[in-house]
Amino acid sequence: MIVNQQTAAQKKVDELYATLGRRRGASPFGSCPVNLTASFVQLCLAQSCGKCVPCRVGLDRLHALLEKILDGRATTDDLRAVHRSAAAIYDSADCAIGFEAARLVLDGLEAFRDDYLSHIENGICTAAFDAVPCVAGCPANVDVPGYIALIREERYADAVRLIRKDNPFPGVCGLICEHPCEKHCRRQIVDDSINIRGLKRYAVERAGIVPTPPCAPFNGKTVAVIGGGPAGLTAAYYLQLKGYHVTVFEKHKRLGGMLRYGIPSYRLPDDDLDRDINAILSTGIQVRLGVDIGGEITFDQIRSEYDSVYIAIGAQIVNRMNIPGQDSEGVLSAVELLGAVGAGEAPDFTGKHVVVVGGGNVAMDATRTAKRLGAASVTCVYRRRIEDMTAAREEIDGAIAEGCEIMPMLSPVRIETENDHAVGIAVQPQLSGPIENGRPKPINADQPEIVLPADVVITAIGQAIDSAHFESSGVGTERRRIKADPSGAVPGMPGVFTGGDCFFGPSTVVRAIDSGKVVAGNIDHYFGFHTPITSGVDIPPAQTIGKPAWGRVNMRERTAGDRKEDFNLMEACLTDEEAAQECSRCLRCDHYGYGAFRGGRKDRW
Amino acid sequence: MVNLRINDKPVTVEDGTSILHAARQIGITIPSLCYLKHVSKVAACRVCMVEIKGTDRLMAACDTICAEGMEVYTNTLRALVARRNNVQLILSQHDCNCATCVRSGNCTLQKLAADMNIIENPYETKLPANNWDPKLPIIRTASKCVQCFRCVAVCEKIQGMNVWEFLGTGSRATVGVRGGRRLDEVNCTYCGQCITHCPTGALRERDDTEKVIAAIDDPKKIVVLQVAPAVRAAWGEGLGLPKEFATEKRMAAAFRAAGANYVFDTNFAADLTIMEEGNELLYKMKHSWEFRRPLFTSCCPGWVRFLKLEYPDMVPQLSTAKSPQQMFGAVTKTWFAKTHNIDPKDIFCVSVMPCTAKKYECGVPEVNSSGFRDVDAVLTTREVDRLLRLKWINVADLPEEEFDSPLGEGTGAAVIFGATGGVMEAALRTAYAVLEGHNPDPDAFQAVRGTDGRKELSATIGGVPVRACVASGLSNARAVVEDIRAGRAQYDFVEIMACPGGCAGGGGQPFREGMELAGERGETLYEIDRKNSVRFSHENASVQKAYDDFFDKPLSHRSHELLHTDQATWSLR
Repeated sequence: MIVNQQTAAQKKVDELYATLGRRRGASPFGSCPVNLTASFVQLCLAQSCGKCVPCRVGLDRLHALLEKILDGRATTDDLRAVHRSAAAIYDSADCAIGFEAARLVLDGLEAFRDDYLSHIENGICTAAFDAVPCVAGCPANVDVPGYIALIREERYADAVRLIRKDNPFPGVCGLICEHPCEKHCRRQIVDDSINIRGLKRYAVERAGIVPTPPCAPFNGKTVAVIGGGPAGLTAAYYLQLKGYHVTVFEKHKRLGGMLRYGIPSYRLPDDDLDRDINAILSTGIQVRLGVDIGGEITFDQIRSEYDSVYIAIGAQIVNRMNIPGQDSEGVLSAVELLGAVGAGEAPDFTGKHVVVVGGGNVAMDATRTAKRLGAASVTCVYRRRIEDMTAAREEIDGAIAEGCEIMPMLSPVRIETENDHAVGIAVQPQLSGPIENGRPKPINADQPEIVLPADVVITAIGQAIDSAHFESSGVGTERRRIKADPSGAVPGMPGVFTGGDCFFGPSTVVRAIDSGKVVAGNIDHYFGFHTPITSGVDIPPAQTIGKPAWGRVNMRERTAGDRKEDFNLMEACLTDEEAAQECSRCLRCDHYGYGAFRGGRKDRW
Repeated sequence: MVNLRINDKPVTVEDGTSILHAARQIGITIPSLCYLKHVSKVAACRVCMVEIKGTDRLMAACDTICAEGMEVYTNTLRALVARRNNVQLILSQHDCNCATCVRSGNCTLQKLAADMNIIENPYETKLPANNWDPKLPIIRTASKCVQCFRCVAVCEKIQGMNVWEFLGTGSRATVGVRGGRRLDEVNCTYCGQCITHCPTGALRERDDTEKVIAAIDDPKKIVVLQVAPAVRAAWGEGLGLPKEFATEKRMAAAFRAAGANYVFDTNFAADLTIMEEGNELLYKMKHSWEFRRPLFTSCCPGWVRFLKLEYPDMVPQLSTAKSPQQMFGAVTKTWFAKTHNIDPKDIFCVSVMPCTAKKYECGVPEVNSSGFRDVDAVLTTREVDRLLRLKWINVADLPEEEFDSPLGEGTGAAVIFGATGGVMEAALRTAYAVLEGHNPDPDAFQAVRGTDGRKELSATIGGVPVRACVASGLSNARAVVEDIRAGRAQYDFVEIMACPGGCAGGGGQPFREGMELAGERGETLYEIDRKNSVRFSHENASVQKAYDDFFDKPLSHRSHELLHTDQATWSLR
């Protein structure tokens, strides 16, 4: 016998698999799904030991059929053969290497059947390759390589101008965007994605006040925007630039929506939010605060007074848990808590035991906020595993570091009360069940209930849309969401558009921004104008020096012990040195690869 | 300005210059394939790879901008190996049967392979399948495409048509017609600019030389050949003849030697076009309330197709005058046949054109009205060069000869039809004479000359203000049309040629790698105009005779019947 040791070859193979993982992360948009399936089957074959027929021979023949389809030599009979073979391999392979390969092929036959047929019937792929992964990955399609190149040249104001072409919240997004751009960054193939959000914040901080571009001359049309959150303000900004007169109606006393009343200031300080909002308002947008549509003014009145209306009311009411005791004192929703803190009416949790229910980013915001309000203990309970939480990993880790507990696999059963006041929450331990929609469904475990002591229970199990008034005015809704075309146009109501959380359900700020941008464009088209939005910024040419593998710079935070004591911003801005290094890591996909051909950029929309 | 060193030689270039151009400035050649100056810089072929000191990988010279202090080495072993390997890879995906290729001897890839001393290829050849309708005027052979994407770039950026598209991904990525459709199912104008920018034989015109050889060989056929203005400025290029030697008259001799019974000149019909179209313009300006302005020229079939495909509502604004090619055919099979006692059915009318769209035009059934096809076959300049070669005509030994009479007579105003602005200038010369009662200085309207994509001219002729616009290249054409539609521009008469620089830069002209020769060829045409003793279409004696004998006067009943057409009725396929 010898002691197991990793050989150099095995080490290299592990590295190959690791690279494969990073490459998967950097998957470009618009790859051919059939080609990818064929390659996947071939990879599975490389993993096969070759013992069993379905895997050894079956996957190879399946691969050959897929190649035939890709070559445009196949008929629909071959497609049937793919289905038959894959089903048989799935049913009869001895181990997961074989049957899981076949399952994926079967799933794909349904999911991208159109593409299979296009290959067979027209000899072409339906996929359209997207040149720049970060731009394609950003819902608002912000010109990421462009502004990184500008930052590299220390043209910070130009970077802000370029970002504002597609997103009028560069300051906000520099701090709290969930940065889907980084998820697809091609740099991952080399080492790790660029710290895009960090660079955005750096640019905004260096740029100072950057004036907005001049508005086009008034085109005679007025637009009412209902809701002063990111979706509404984005639409208002672009419409005002395009020559409309826009009035924003906001129910709260201040603008910002969930940015102000949902996101704690240790992540997004008021000053940073106000800097973006002030820039947006500098275009001349009219604002009416504290106006509840459906209260003193009705939707119909707004419609009659304005040429177009954009409904962007967000998702501001809370889902209830429907468990006994949930109406008792001491039980509140995360939206209520965060809203009160945002409005400067923070409760005092000093000495209290707080339990937060939920696993999303809002639950984490509530958890960490409770800690900052002086709670003696904060525990977040969640029905599934920690890795199933939808909250960002760094939010969970941050909460843990600040001394909060995360207790997974627990489902709330009832609120324990004394004198109608919460004193605890009874929870039922859960067992990880079958995977549904990519996450295991929790099922009751054969274990007794646990009671967690709690003076305060905060629920963060999703938000809903307060669309009743609009529904009564004839606007269609579905599960409280406002129904509209993909363009945002509300059917049967010419000139009425919707977007943001009230349209697609609670989502990220950058999706809300995109929604506002898209609707601004569509309202402009609706009136027959096509006034372009441009940045007027020229982009520095790509640098030609080599790109050796180089570590990514991450953002630094104040220590957990320090930051948990206050609501001040916890994240530090990149230093000059860090920013310069991150900029130089950018591979400039706008210039190299497909970018040289179809990519580059859309300098107007 | 930027200072750098290439192969240890210092060079100073303007900001934004690529390494490829910087090297050229100091006489250093870096091979390239996909690069097309001003049009396409996709850096796809990776043939122009060079080594730059301090970088870990090679860089594409076409796509890398010179930086201060850069040290470039173009011929290191590493660069040579990578380049060579890339050419070998391209060759493994290319049908290398050069002997049966239309571009043999004039192929950028063939030359590259030879220059790189590639005498074997380690890679297995794997060719895409060819699937193309051989009847289309433009033929694409997929197995010869090197995916340089020049056709895509030219069609998109110069012509604004987006007929060609990058299709597929990965190893199957290729060029094809948009949406994978047939060429005649999309809005292709058949301008042929993709052909004249293709580095290989992947794109070519439909070869019609066989038809012509058969007609020459048929004792019953009288082969009447017409040659377009722009052909005379380029026909020698494909035969390796110097410009001074490849004169019009030697061209006439060559075509006669090849077997044409009559060598005539489309210039005759160009002068006839001016008489018809010029009078149509004057009539329509006089009756301005009845007609929408502007009047568009109609001699370019690529442009006619463009308007039919893209702005069908504006087709009525095209001049109803047939193109010179079609007028020529109609005159040949009527007046000429009659005066020479030839049965028109025995006439085989060949037209030699700098153009691929003319192949479409001559096949449009609705354009004919003489009872016969106006034109039986169209050969591009490239094909006619091939015809001369396959007939083993020793052009170098031929003396100059005159064109035949009467349809061989053309004026200086006609010959400039081959350059952008030429039709306009010829029309204005005659319109001036009609309205003022005397000829202008023949060079009075030279403001419309030159290869600018869009030119404008305002003049008052006989007290009538005339606003003219000339555009070439379909992107420019679209801009003019859009300006007219949006009311941003008002014109009375607009000349449009589909190809940049007009017919001189036509899609049927010889291929010269890396050269745009429309301007130079146009100069040749203006020189012929200057030397011509007659420079006004209305002074063409043969044209006058045709009216006296046969057509009576411009816009007469017979003119309308034979020399005009309704483009709205033309079939597109």
